[in-house]
Amino acid sequence: MSNKQTLIVIGNGMVGQNFLVSLMANDIKDNYTVVTFCEEAIPAYDRVHLSEYFAGKSADDLSLVEDGFFDDNNITIHMGDKASSIDRTNKTVTSEKGLVIAYDKLVLATGSSAFVPPIPGHDREGCIAYRTIEDLDEMMTAAKTSKVGAVVGGGLLGLEAAKALQDLKLETHVVQFGPRLMGAQLDDGGAGLLKQKIEELNVNVLVNKNTIKIVDGDSCKHKMVFADGSELETDMILYSAGIRPRDEIANACGLQIADRGGIVINDNCLTSDNDIYAIGECASWNDQTFGLVAPGYAMARTVVNQLAGGSAAFTGADMSTKLKLNGVDVASIGDPHATTKGSLVYTYQNGVDGIYKRLVVSQDNKKLLGAVLVGDASGYSTLQQYYSGDIDLPEHPDSLILPSRSDESVGLGPDALPESAQICSCFDVTKGDICSSIESGCTTLGALKDDTKAATGCGGCAALLKSVLDCELEKAGVEVNTDLCEHFAYTRQDLYNLIMVEEIKTFGELLEKHGSGKGCEICKQAIGSILASYWNDYVLDNDHVGLQDTNDSFLANTQKDGTYSVVPRMTGGEVTPDGLIAVGSIAKKYGLYTKITGGQRVDLFGARVDQLPPIWQELIDAGFESGHAYGKSLRTVKSCVGSTWCRFGVDDSVGLAVELENRYKGLRAPHKFKFGVSGCTRECAEAQSKDFGIIAVEGGWNLYVCGNGGMKPRHGDLFATNLDKETLIKYIDRVLTFYVQTADRLQRTSVWMENMEGGLDYLKSVIIDDKLGINEQLEAQMQHVVDTYQCEWKTTIADENKLRRFRHFVNSDKHDENIIFVEERGQVRPANIEERALALAGEE
Amino acid sequence: MNPNSNTWLDVCSVDDLVANSGVCALVEGTQVALFYMPEDKAIYAINNYDPFSLINILSRGLIGDIQGEPMVSSPIYKQHFSLRTGVCFEDETVNVDSYGVRIQAGRVEVDTHTITPKGTA
Ligand code: SRM
Ligand SMILES: Cc1cc2nc3c(=O)[nH]c(=O)nc-3n(C[C@H](O)[C@H](O)[C@H](O)COP(=O)(O)OP(=O)(O)OC[C@H]3O[C@@H](n4cnc5c(N)ncnc54)[C@H](O)[C@@H]3O)c2cc1C
Ligand code: SF4
Ligand code: FES
Repeated sequence: MSNKQTLIVIGNGMVGQNFLVSLMANDIKDNYTVVTFCEEAIPAYDRVHLSEYFAGKSADDLSLVEDGFFDDNNITIHMGDKASSIDRTNKTVTSEKGLVIAYDKLVLATGSSAFVPPIPGHDREGCIAYRTIEDLDEMMTAAKTSKVGAVVGGGLLGLEAAKALQDLKLETHVVQFGPRLMGAQLDDGGAGLLKQKIEELNVNVLVNKNTIKIVDGDSCKHKMVFADGSELETDMILYSAGIRPRDEIANACGLQIADRGGIVINDNCLTSDNDIYAIGECASWNDQTFGLVAPGYAMARTVVNQLAGGSAAFTGADMSTKLKLNGVDVASIGDPHATTKGSLVYTYQNGVDGIYKRLVVSQDNKKLLGAVLVGDASGYSTLQQYYSGDIDLPEHPDSLILPSRSDESVGLGPDALPESAQICSCFDVTKGDICSSIESGCTTLGALKDDTKAATGCGGCAALLKSVLDCELEKAGVEVNTDLCEHFAYTRQDLYNLIMVEEIKTFGELLEKHGSGKGCEICKQAIGSILASYWNDYVLDNDHVGLQDTNDSFLANTQKDGTYSVVPRMTGGEVTPDGLIAVGSIAKKYGLYTKITGGQRVDLFGARVDQLPPIWQELIDAGFESGHAYGKSLRTVKSCVGSTWCRFGVDDSVGLAVELENRYKGLRAPHKFKFGVSGCTRECAEAQSKDFGIIAVEGGWNLYVCGNGGMKPRHGDLFATNLDKETLIKYIDRVLTFYVQTADRLQRTSVWMENMEGGLDYLKSVIIDDKLGINEQLEAQMQHVVDTYQCEWKTTIADENKLRRFRHFVNSDKHDENIIFVEERGQVRPANIEERALALAGEE
Repeated sequence: MNPNSNTWLDVCSVDDLVANSGVCALVEGTQVALFYMPEDKAIYAINNYDPFSLINILSRGLIGDIQGEPMVSSPIYKQHFSLRTGVCFEDETVNVDSYGVRIQAGRVEVDTHTITPKGTA
């Protein structure tokens, strides 16, 4: 018999799972046999990002459980089984499926359910709560036969639900009981502006509406009847009017329940039974329940600490929030309603740009008590730090919300924050934690995120995290040297701008004006690439040839034995039988090894440098073009067969792939980039792992950006949905040119995105909302490149002078005797060192 | 060999060189990488064999300087070699041969005196 105790966790939601993860990270895990009951059909998933389900995320994407988590940690999870009762005397839990399991310690993490007003007709078909993935599936089904949808509740969740209805393409109404949207977080001014902005997005907002019954509709399935006599016809109703803690089994076994609902817990998260804890939304602390995930995580940590004999206590939570509702920035901090005695208020209202900001400060004007931001929440991190860190305000607190018309920044620099300042509230990471992680060597944003988990939850703290990192590095004297190399004291982006602004056309000119020495492989390659991106001149021009890496300067990829590979373009992976025959005959004639690449085309290996021109001559005669496999440029646009042949195809993925490949072929970029186009969401083209992934959906094309296979795979981020082809191409033009202009050298789009301050939202604001006002320029630049495309091999073959270099020796027709092939599986391969030595010895 | 005797061998025309880049010539059985920097009126010659990748490829590397010392970077694994001495910047115990080279009346000449014939080194 083991002397382990049994610990049961009821509920595998966000907080239950977080508790398990924290427990497994603690040595005390070995003291317990852990069992958990999961009522839902799938284990814990990210409810916070639930609405993204409508924008294309799958249940898998939302999962919070790493593969093998339960097995690897020997946790028994009873899936789809609800704990139905607790016997506190015998210390057992009984489940709906009839299991009876004894516990030593019990943790209740049963969450809450959406509040459904108990009015007549509330449970008609198509009236759905907004809480679980199952609810969402039900919504999707209901939406198929609906034209109009209404959300009951104008709080945070209600507005999110409204967005979901819009994603489902329904005419959308929000019905709010009270006078304001987001009543808990916003004051009248903020809520008024929010309402206006939400209405601009075609959501109809009704306030002061008390629904008294739901009956058969005339033009729609239902009719909502309000207390003031007015009515609203709708086909679907979503309830988002608040949450009710799920305290039913706790109540049934006699645990103390708070007056307003919720299982009463003390500072140690213990219920009225010393062996039973409650955490998350089901718990009531100080007569308060918390409808946010961060306090739940804090409770989970407290319990793990308690079990380990620690003295951690839950001390309440900051309910500050920042979010983007339908693209509208909204944030609320502390006491937005100025209910604190003697508090004073500053307000800034900008009707032109649609911005509202309000600060609530203490009577002595020294401390921040609360804030409301609508339309521009960029000041959130700073204000939140003043609030949670109890930091003294500057002399004129209103400077924090007034637009700064000078360049001078009034933000609270990361340096001014105390060690104890919480940077990431999702994972309770303080500035101190971050500093010690940096000290231990995590000096990149990625490493820091992996190490501390900061910015991996809601992501709201990412910008602040980066500024702390930069500031610490700078202080540590790790001067973040961003010079390209010893010859240019500029970043790649600086150089791009110099070339653009001063219209510099050659490396020599740039070196003379802004550099020193003779250059090196780093700056030459980078500047060669910038010149090629911007001017799109022929890369083997006399002025440019010396800037090209070997691959580019011979328009082919060097192999380990000094021979080259030849990759003709096969747009979208499409090739005619005649094309294939031509490629085959050419390969055979020149004795080349052939292989189908991972990029859906044929690669021919083993060409000597002097064979490249005749091989290309024959390929061009057969209708092929350069595949740019050698360039930091567009590789392939992988496609699936799509609607032309596939029974599931929604649109012509091959056709689009061919068009995109033809549009962007030849464009030089900081690194190579790839596309994928799938004809439906089965995603046979693996588009989400590409720099640009496009998937056909009923409403058009969904665009994913900044995916990567390779060394550190990254799924692309969903950038925009249901695009028509014209908009799709416009967005790609812009993102691609913006990438070319701003990325570091040899930075793939994935890393570029990871390092972008503001991340995906920022990129969207630049590309979709034209925040920087550069879209016209971005499009024009791309059009220039498209209009000046040339097949580099065609140009080269037509130029006697250029061909002179395609010889191994300038003064002899001999070949490099070191290039020796042997046969394997019916084709050639480079001889290895021993085979080469043997062959050379034999020759003598 | 008598150092005073004329050991300069005509190899190719200046037009065969590529400005700010390299080409390879065959000089008495040895592969010689020639690099030409016309702005400095400079030409360099080193052996074409890359001791790290074990193939004849250095003539195809990018050239420039490291703190003033002219260099070529191997196209395969990117080690740098001095164009004057052939010494590898990353590992001074490794070096490739370097040769005397000059331009005379539009012709490129290599000093055969500096070439150790293959197999007798
Ligand atoms: C030929 C091919 C392998 C094959 O036999 O299938 C290949 C071969 C090479 N890959 Fe690749 N990659 C090939 C598909 C891929 C793919 C799959 C794809 O494109 O769907 C990937 C992962 C997807 C991605 O890029 O995100 C891939 C990720 C890499 C990486 C890692 C990039 C990264 O971001 O981590 C490198 C290294 C690099 O680029 O710095 C690389 C580099 C290379 C180089 C260029 C290495 C080199 O410098 O010599 C290889 C030589 C190609 C040549 O000589 O022609 N190759 N490589 C594939 C050519 C596809 C084509 O038709 O153009
Ligand atoms: C659409 C939406 C958007 C949100 N956005 C945000 C946001 O932006 N920021 C934020 O901080 N919070 C947000 N929240 C709130 C956040 O999701 C919750 O705070 C969090 O999920 C609470 O976690 P929990 O584990 O307490 O409850 P839950 O995640 O609800 O998990 C409880 C689980 O226990 C199960 N369960 C209940 N009773 C039993 C039983 N007897 N036996 C077995 N299993 C049982 C339930 O089925 C459920 O799976 C959002 C919520 C929703 C619905
Ligand atoms: S992604 Fe869809 S359309 Fe394309 S081949 Fe696969 S199933 Fe067919
Ligand atoms: S605050 Fe949510 S991830 Fe850091």
